[in-house]
Amino acid sequence: MRAEYGETRVLLEHAEDPALRTIDGYRGYGGYASLEKAYRELEQDEVLKVLEDSGLRGRGGAGFSMGKKASFLPRGEMAKYLCCNADESEPGAFKDRELMQRNPHQLIEGIAIAALAADAGHAFIFIRGEYAAQADILDAAVAEAYEAGYLGTNILGMHRDLELVVHRGAGAYICGEETALLDALEGKRGNPRLKPPFPAVQGLYGGPTLINNVETLSNVPGIVAKGAEWFKGFGTEQSPGTKVVSISGGVRRPGNYEVELGIPTRELIYGLAGGPEPGHEVKAFYPGGSSSPVLTPDELDLPYSFEAMAEAGSMLGSGSIIVADDRVSIPHMALRTARFYHHESCGKCAPCREGTNWTVKMLERVVRGEATPMDLDIISSVQENIMGHCLCVLGDSMAMPVSAMVRKFRAEFEEVMANAGSALDEGEQHAVVRAPAETLGASI
Amino acid sequence: MSWDPNDPAGLPVDPAVSEGRVPGRTSEEVPELHEVGCPPELRERIEALMARYPDRKSASIPALWAVQKRYGWCTPEGIRQAAAVMRFTPGYLESVASFYDLLHTEPVGAHRIEVCTNISCWMRGGDELLQAFYEAGEGEDVHITGFECLGACDIAPMASIDQRYYGPLETAEAATAIEQLKAGGEVLPEKALKERGLAGDSPPAADGEPRERDRR
Repeated sequence: MRAEYGETRVLLEHAEDPALRTIDGYRGYGGYASLEKAYRELEQDEVLKVLEDSGLRGRGGAGFSMGKKASFLPRGEMAKYLCCNADESEPGAFKDRELMQRNPHQLIEGIAIAALAADAGHAFIFIRGEYAAQADILDAAVAEAYEAGYLGTNILGMHRDLELVVHRGAGAYICGEETALLDALEGKRGNPRLKPPFPAVQGLYGGPTLINNVETLSNVPGIVAKGAEWFKGFGTEQSPGTKVVSISGGVRRPGNYEVELGIPTRELIYGLAGGPEPGHEVKAFYPGGSSSPVLTPDELDLPYSFEAMAEAGSMLGSGSIIVADDRVSIPHMALRTARFYHHESCGKCAPCREGTNWTVKMLERVVRGEATPMDLDIISSVQENIMGHCLCVLGDSMAMPVSAMVRKFRAEFEEVMANAGSALDEGEQHAVVRAPAETLGASI
Repeated sequence: MSWDPNDPAGLPVDPAVSEGRVPGRTSEEVPELHEVGCPPELRERIEALMARYPDRKSASIPALWAVQKRYGWCTPEGIRQAAAVMRFTPGYLESVASFYDLLHTEPVGAHRIEVCTNISCWMRGGDELLQAFYEAGEGEDVHITGFECLGACDIAPMASIDQRYYGPLETAEAATAIEQLKAGGEVLPEKALKERGLAGDSPPAADGEPRERDRR
């Protein structure tokens, strides 16, 4: 951990160069040397070891050790698969988009090396259907990689095969959940499955499957090239490495910033993203996308790491910060959040299907001024009854932020509810956070 | 009494269910290729998609995309054609299509506009922008809908127009975008996501201290 902050570009190094997207540009910066090293010089166990020693934690939200997860796949002649989860749909998260758009070959190289570690012969990039432009970029890059011999049969003459398919989704947040992703990839409605068995043992088409996030896989070439100690030189002991953090909402410079894990959250929101608009203050922020319990300004000095966010009762998640300033009505923000999960609930499990439905209805009554104090207690109780009771954590992902908002901003909820009978229109209750005209389009 | 396949239980049939559906055919049988009149290009496309996967069922969503690209939406006939090529029932493919927000099982306009109304865009005027698009698109050959987070919170408030991202958008630009779509030219070129640089490479905030960006 270094004393000065600011961005630390590792994954986004050279990303401002459009040529990086082409195989010649990527190789010009040393790309695919790691793949050559892994395929020509390393055994499967050596690749697994360097990944596990690096301490790389999943960058999709769960933060589980990537090397450890890869080692769970059984050995044997059966077909094994690798899925890259590029279904980035968490509100506030847009870092995988940036990585795929600017450095697709880094991801492809990471997939090829991880496939070696998992002994997978068929890999899929499951990319959300809305990212059509990024999928086009990936299609072109994958074609280049095949032509260069990094994919296909007998890669680099080392008698290993790997087919890589770019598979476009069709609009469903739930397909970012790994088992629902598998169902969608199998050509079904995206419903999650019971775990255990875990995908590592019984995944795609029932076979051993390694599933990793875009950013996680993008870290693999660097670790193989420069080693576990190099990677651990960034970040903290429990959160090594860098993180591409998406920051948005009431900040002057929304965008993706790559930083060492463990820097103060304030440095991200104020130092890099420019802080709130002039004349306004931070009221609350989601540290890890819309699924994370909101934190308050007194928590701005916490280190931005897996362990610190968990200790604060929230989570780092996908590493996406949404800032709400003093103009935002928290009850309205809670309703907007709940509506998302209600829409995206696949409907398989009753606590989520019914719980998201009821939470939206109760929050609508709150903002319309038609609720009673008992409704706040019922809202909290419903969240508790959802958590831990479903096949996946979509319901939990609504319950965590909504219950945190009700708990930490109860006075504001009660104030909104005290306007009972005035039938306030939802649109009158929040102001628009507009960027000052001169910063609109500042990056263009 | 003879059994009517359209009304086996003798119950009244909701016209919303049967409207647009081809009468007299069941969705529970795998159609034969010679019955469905599948255009050769569509058939070849779906066969190529199936060949990419160890299990051809994985090509369901890609095949539905191909149908939608060909016909503008997932038409009942298009679904029957895909079902015939893939050897599944139309009912199965309908069930898959109905799950996903980007696959349309009803006719939609030639142009697609999805306006994000999720948290960050909502904070920056997404609701007003959606309203502006509804007004500007009234009577035009466009399908306008609010949408969940599109993964472009850095350009909030934003919209996806014919599968490309634009933002941050002023409400007045809704009308401009629709005019440009009708004229067949480029849409809002200065607001296209692909033209944007990395956030950290743009000028620092007005009264913030410029931060040294560190690279290794």
